[in-house]
This record gives sequence, C-alpha cells and structure tokens, in this order.
Amino acid sequence: MTRVLTEAELEEKFQARIDAEEKIEPKDWMPDKYRKNVLRQMSQHAHSEVIGMQPEGNWITRAPTLHRKCILLAKVQDEGGHGLYLYSAAETLGTSREEMNDALHDGRAKYASIFNYPTVTWADMGAIGWLVDGAAIVNQVSLQRTSYGPYSRGMVRICKEESFHQRQGYHIMMVLMRGSDEQKNMAQDALNRFWWPSMMMFGPHDTESAHTAQSMKWKIKRQTNDELRQKFVDQSVKQAEVIGLKIPDPDLKWNEERGHYDFGEIDWEEFKQVVNGNGLCNRQRMAHHIKAQEEGKWVRDAITAYEEKKRQRADQAAA
Amino acid sequence: MTDNNAKEIIKQYAIRLGDDALVQGHRLSEWCRNGPFLEEDLALTNVALDFIGRARMFYSYAADIDGGDYSEDSYAYQRDCRDFTNLLIHELPGGDFAFTMARQYLMDEYSLMFMERLCDSSDETLAAVAAKSVKESRYHLRRSRDWMLRLGDGTQESHKRLQKALGDLWGYMPEVFELDDLEQGLADQGIAVDSAALKGGWEKAVRATFSEATIDVPADDWSVRGGRQGMHTEYLGHMLSDLQFVQRAYPGQEW
Repeated sequence: MTRVLTEAELEEKFQARIDAEEKIEPKDWMPDKYRKNVLRQMSQHAHSEVIGMQPEGNWITRAPTLHRKCILLAKVQDEGGHGLYLYSAAETLGTSREEMNDALHDGRAKYASIFNYPTVTWADMGAIGWLVDGAAIVNQVSLQRTSYGPYSRGMVRICKEESFHQRQGYHIMMVLMRGSDEQKNMAQDALNRFWWPSMMMFGPHDTESAHTAQSMKWKIKRQTNDELRQKFVDQSVKQAEVIGLKIPDPDLKWNEERGHYDFGEIDWEEFKQVVNGNGLCNRQRMAHHIKAQEEGKWVRDAITAYEEKKRQRADQAAA
Repeated sequence: MTDNNAKEIIKQYAIRLGDDALVQGHRLSEWCRNGPFLEEDLALTNVALDFIGRARMFYSYAADIDGGDYSEDSYAYQRDCRDFTNLLIHELPGGDFAFTMARQYLMDEYSLMFMERLCDSSDETLAAVAAKSVKESRYHLRRSRDWMLRLGDGTQESHKRLQKALGDLWGYMPEVFELDDLEQGLADQGIAVDSAALKGGWEKAVRATFSEATIDVPADDWSVRGGRQGMHTEYLGHMLSDLQFVQRAYPGQEW
C-alpha cells in the first residue's frame, strides 16, 4: 500500500514541478495558497478586461471617423472576449463567473485602478491603447510563462490581440500629433493624464508588494513589478519622442551605466486614494456594471425558462 | 436621362442604404458594454460592426460617384437630420433588450430578402455589397429569430416585454415596403430592389415566427413614414449630435 504523502511532501513535489517549468493543471494537487493566489490574479485580470470596456466604450458612439469607430468597437469587443477567456480559466479553479461578479460588486475582488480615470477627449482613446494596453502587454507577455496552465494559454491568445490594440492607440496619437495645434494639445494632455496611472499599473515597488515574493517562487509571476515597469518606460520613451510627445516626468533621463531610463517617483498617495474609491469614476464603473447585470436578469431568466420548456417538450415527445 | 443623372440617382439610393446601415449599426453599438451578459455583448457588437461596415461600403460608392474630396465620412459626419434618408425604424432608441431584438428580427427578415434581391442588381457595385451582406444577414436572422422564440416563449415578463416592443415597432413597418419615384424608377431598371414585392414573403415569415414564439400579430391601426424624404423623429438629431461631435467641434481635421 502506498503511503499517503504529508502536506509538506506534497508541497515539496509541487515546488519541484514548478522549478522544472512544468505547468500546473486544474486537476493537479496544489497548495491552497497557490490556488487562492492564482484565482485572485486571474479574477482581477478578468474584471479589469470587462470594466476596461467602459472607458473606451464611452467613445464608441463619438469616434471621429467610421474607420476609427469600427476599430474601437472591435477593440472593446476583444477586451470582452479576453474577459471571457480569463473567467473560463479562473473557473477551472472551482469558482463560477457569478461568484467572481458578486465578489467584484461587494468589493472583495478588484480591477485595475487605471479604469477609474475618465476618458474625456478622443485623444484618450489613443493614450489608453498606446499606454494602458502597452503596459498590459509588457505584463502579459511575461505571464505567458506563468505556471498555471490555463492562465498561461489564455495569455498566449490574448497577447496576439493586444499588440493590435497598442498599435491602433499609438496610431491615433501619431495622427493627432501631425494635426492642428488643438489636436496636438489634446494628445499631450491625454499623455499627461495617463502616464502616471499607467506607471502605477505595475503595482507597488517590489519591496512593498504583498504578493511578489511568493508569486515569484511559484512562478505565477515571472518578473517583478519594478522589472516590468522599467521595460515599459524604456519602450515608451522612444515611442513618445518619435511623434513629438513629451513624457511628463522631469526626472526622466537615460542612464548609460544601467542601460535604462531613470524616472521619477510615483505618487503613491494618489494610487492609494484611487484604489480606495476616490478616483473620478470608481462609483460610475461599479454602478454601470451592476446596472447592466440587473437589467439583463430578465433576459437570462427567459433563456433558462425557454430551455427548460424545450427540454420538457423533448421529454414528452420521447415518452 | 443622361449618364450623369442616372449616376446621381444611384448615388442617392446608395446613400439611403448607407444611412439605414449606419443608423442601425450605431444603435446596436450603443449596447457594447451594456448587454445582458458578456457573450451577448460580444455578439451584438459583431452585428453592429457588420452594419457599420455595410454603411462604409455604400457610402464609399456614393463618394466615388461624387468624386472630389468626398469620402465615406462626408455622409456620416457632415450632414444634418434633414439630409439623412434612413427608414425611421432604425433611429428609434434601443430601448430594452426586447425592443432591440424585436427591431432586429423584423429588419433581419427584411434585410435578408432585400439583399438576396439586390445581388441581382444590374449595378455591379450594389450587387457586390449585397453579396457580402447576404452572408451576414443570414447569421443575423438566425440569431434574432432565436431570440424571438426565447423571449416570446420564455418567462411571462419576457413575453410581455416582447409583445409590447413589437406593438411599438409595428407602425414603422409599412414605410419599409413603400417605394417613392426614385426607387420605383431604379427598380424598373433592375438596379434597386422592389421592396413592395417583398412584403408578402416577409409577412409569412414573421407570422410563422410569431406563432412559434406565442406572440400575437400587432394591430395594423397606425403607421408613420417620412425617413426617405428626410422627415425624422426627434431621436435622430440627438444620435447625430453624439455621432458627429468630434468632427463638428474640430472641423476639417484628420483623425
């Protein structure tokens, strides 16, 4: 008879699999904390995709050309699709989409705080695509190698679409910077408003991050917040320069020795304020999500009732 | 009739069809992020994209005929209410999900028949747009017809909402099957679709669906018309102020 392994032995074997770059699959044994950690990250990621539909959805009806309207619609639709992949991946850990939504509505689950900032001009569609999707890609490229199999595979699919999103955003900025003074100001203003919140997307410094060390050990995260943030800064500076935009950071400077850009300190007080409900759109975002869910209830009920009737009719016909 | 005159009339017809597609697509696009569940949100957005794509093709054809600086966007962004010639049914606000799907169903039945006929147009460009649209309309109809059954034969509430929506839409349908002189002239030449001739087939299809969905056919006791002549409800102006805001606020720029 085989001996039942102790918790410590199971954890040891689990860590050995992680160290050997094996993917963890839904039915595999995993430490409870690993399950919770991955679930927290995936649900937060899924909610971010879905809540992220709102600030861009805000400009679908006002997109300035039919071509832009189609691109924006397709992009927002993609974000919803990413939400779906991620909810499905998260459901493999035994939590339903409804449960995740409930947790979002009562504040137990979070979404990316950047979506609490408003989109007030057309240029914000450019800034979001370029910077917010740009930051998301840096993070997601890294997550393609995450240790949880369904999450990793979801990221591979998502990354393919995200690069199109970033290009369309950058293109919006490029066209604005070739345009009138008003358009250039609009683009610079959008960059000014979205730069620091984009920098905050990578989360607290490694030394302050509650989850980083354990997540790195389990290879849920493959690179730290600060490493990813640096990568984002390095790629964005050149992109801004090419089209004549100025990144709003007086401390931004090339550091020959490090081979990276140095940059100023993030206003963590602002970060804390917005995460804790004091952003311009926190309440609007949640109210919108809850309203859509409540208004859709009778529709979802109708489907259930119809399917039930259909099943009963089929049963009667078979009897 | 000179060639130029003939082209001008075809252009007006293309703009009408473009207006129908744009206004319908715009209303559908308003659902993005507001759907009853995520999968349906994505599906509605797909349909919206098809219609906006269709509008772009019809408008581009008009712009080719107009020449000069005209582009697809000239028609969408630089005309006021009185210049829009869409059928009225498209401009009504989306309402609840039952209203949106009821409108979609009534018009999908029509659009599929319409586009199948337009494939035979002697105008090659119109026929080509129609060929692409037929495939989309088949998918649209399959979806919206399914929704008629689910909502009609779902819960009491969904049934009530659907029945009310159809009642509120019914009086906008007669206009859909009427031809003015411009369309009649083009239809006689084999360029436009004789939409009056589609009415019988449409009614038959709709009645069959209503019966399966346990829905009563609404009473034929009212009807409103005017879209093709630039007479609109008050809703269109608000839709245009949203649609055209950026171009109106910053005229003459590239975006």
